[in-house]
Amino acid sequence: MAATFTHEVITVGGCKVTLKRGGNGPTLLYLHGAGGAGMVDPFLQDLASEYSVLIPEHPGFGGSDEPGWLDNMHDMAYFYLDFLEAINVRGAHVVGASLGGWLAMEIAIRDASRMCALTLMGPSGIHVQGLKKGDLFMWSPEDRIRNLFHDQAIAERLLAMKPTPEMQDALLKNAYTTARLGWEPRLYDPHLHKWLHRIKLPTQIIWGEQDRILPAGYAPELAKMIPGSRFHVIPQCGHLPQSEKPQEFLHLFREFAAGLPR
Amino acid sequence: MNIMLFHLMPYADLDLEATKDYPTPWVTLPNSFYDPKKGHLLYNRYLDELEYGEELGFDGVCVNEHHQTAYGIMPSPIVTASALARRTTKAKIAILGSALPLRSNPLTVAEEHAMIDNITGGRLISGFVRGIGAEYFSSNNNPTFSHERFHEAHDLIIRAWSEPGPFEFAGKHYHINYVNVWPRPYQQPHPPVWIPSQGSRETIEFAAHPSRKYTYLQTYSPFKVMQRYLQMYRDTAKGFGYTATPKQLGWLVPIYVGDTDESAMAEAEKHYEAFRERFLHIPFDMLLPPGYTSRDSYKGLLARRDSMEAKISARECNELGLFVCGTAKTVKEKLIGYVKEAGLGNILALLQFGTLPADLTKRNMERFAEGVMPDLRKAAREFHGDTA
Repeated sequence: MAATFTHEVITVGGCKVTLKRGGNGPTLLYLHGAGGAGMVDPFLQDLASEYSVLIPEHPGFGGSDEPGWLDNMHDMAYFYLDFLEAINVRGAHVVGASLGGWLAMEIAIRDASRMCALTLMGPSGIHVQGLKKGDLFMWSPEDRIRNLFHDQAIAERLLAMKPTPEMQDALLKNAYTTARLGWEPRLYDPHLHKWLHRIKLPTQIIWGEQDRILPAGYAPELAKMIPGSRFHVIPQCGHLPQSEKPQEFLHLFREFAAGLPR
Repeated sequence: MNIMLFHLMPYADLDLEATKDYPTPWVTLPNSFYDPKKGHLLYNRYLDELEYGEELGFDGVCVNEHHQTAYGIMPSPIVTASALARRTTKAKIAILGSALPLRSNPLTVAEEHAMIDNITGGRLISGFVRGIGAEYFSSNNNPTFSHERFHEAHDLIIRAWSEPGPFEFAGKHYHINYVNVWPRPYQQPHPPVWIPSQGSRETIEFAAHPSRKYTYLQTYSPFKVMQRYLQMYRDTAKGFGYTATPKQLGWLVPIYVGDTDESAMAEAEKHYEAFRERFLHIPFDMLLPPGYTSRDSYKGLLARRDSMEAKISARECNELGLFVCGTAKTVKEKLIGYVKEAGLGNILALLQFGTLPADLTKRNMERFAEGVMPDLRKAAREFHGDTA
């Protein structure tokens, strides 16, 4: 049975962010990607059977405020340190997708004391010379959806759905904030790699083999930068393994979580 | 009335057949389609055309800035303006404009414009723009900071020109410990500033502000759209407590003058359509990267996307005022009508467009100068009195 998620608004330092909570168990903090977290994805519904799942919408996304101070990913990381303190999160398994994976790393290099582990799905944040990335800003909205998935049937289903005006507004807001955080350099921080060695948490990196936004060649390169991390590449899968291959993703996640120190 | 000759300097030799399957001539069209030998000839032809404009009696010649595109091969209007500075003696030289947010140090604009102003003894008109959306792809500048950087760079340049240096400038995007531009501009306190725009309330409020009173130029737009924005400028000025003069209002429009209305259209049609349908073709997501406009403006443009992208023939454009084409008499009457209806004090005539070749461009310029300009000036003087 699907877990019930409550919706609340948390104010931290004058900035209002939405927070969905559901399930019971150890804390799992989900950091969403560029597309936002307007809805609770099925894999998070699933994980709510074992975890207390927290899904905030980042400042500048969805129903959250757009603070004037938000200029870059560093601002976002420091905000999250305040946020984790404000809601007194402890021992969280932080799960970050794409832009959210980048954010998870930016937070963790600064202060990982409220985290117990990291799971990163196709995270942006670093640059590897010679690996060609896609440019989601150059793509039309339709191409953007097609390029998210390996299985084009999923893209077709999404394209057939007509978003409401409210959803369109949220998507536009998310695109504007994504550009602010990641236009230049394109979705990475040239200084992040220098400090990834500070991440001492158990870390699992999961990548879709056919990721057209960030190629799977990033997985081993990132794994080299985070001591004690492991990576898995899921075949027949695009940029969102948690959505395109939820069973494989959940299996990897649970296997990794089972090995974490209690 | 200022009658200015505007040039976009398109790469007119573009192989339209070989490039027809590329989505746009902007940003991503491989530069292997650019032939430097042809480019050499084009640059010199275009500079000759602008120099000839002075001889024909235009009040000024205008250049602009676009990057990584066959639409215009002037990534630096400073270079073309500099080339013109020593080959003209009377005409104003208008840089319309320098794309301020794309510069990592806007003082370079203050320096370069001041140099041209000194060399020409005060013939420079400075124009400031943000660059179009596509330029945020080609420069990789963050479009969400475009407005902030434009305003900050503008303030820095105007202060550098008009306040004694050295002084410190500490902004959000630009930090200069010693602002102390040598040379100071020839025109004091600084060259006139013109603001070209496709039309926005924010830009008009900025340009019309009593501390600035910058000339606002509506670029390539239907007559009705131009008229609406110029009225918005006058209303905004009134709101600020003053009356805008025609000098503060301008329009950039492609014009072609022929012997008969039919022959004019027959000569210009395919070259105009190459300009409109090919050189100016920019995919929506490249034209409007996130943050380049406010979200409300973006939604407004998205709602009008179909009409923005509709194919309109040169003949239809001629009806809308997106093009003014016909005999000298036809063109003159139309322009005089537009001047009176919109209260224009500046016409920027685009007399070369798209693939229009040298011989037709030259004849167009001569017919315009002889058959349109004198009566247009006279009519504008009678209509505006001393205010223009």
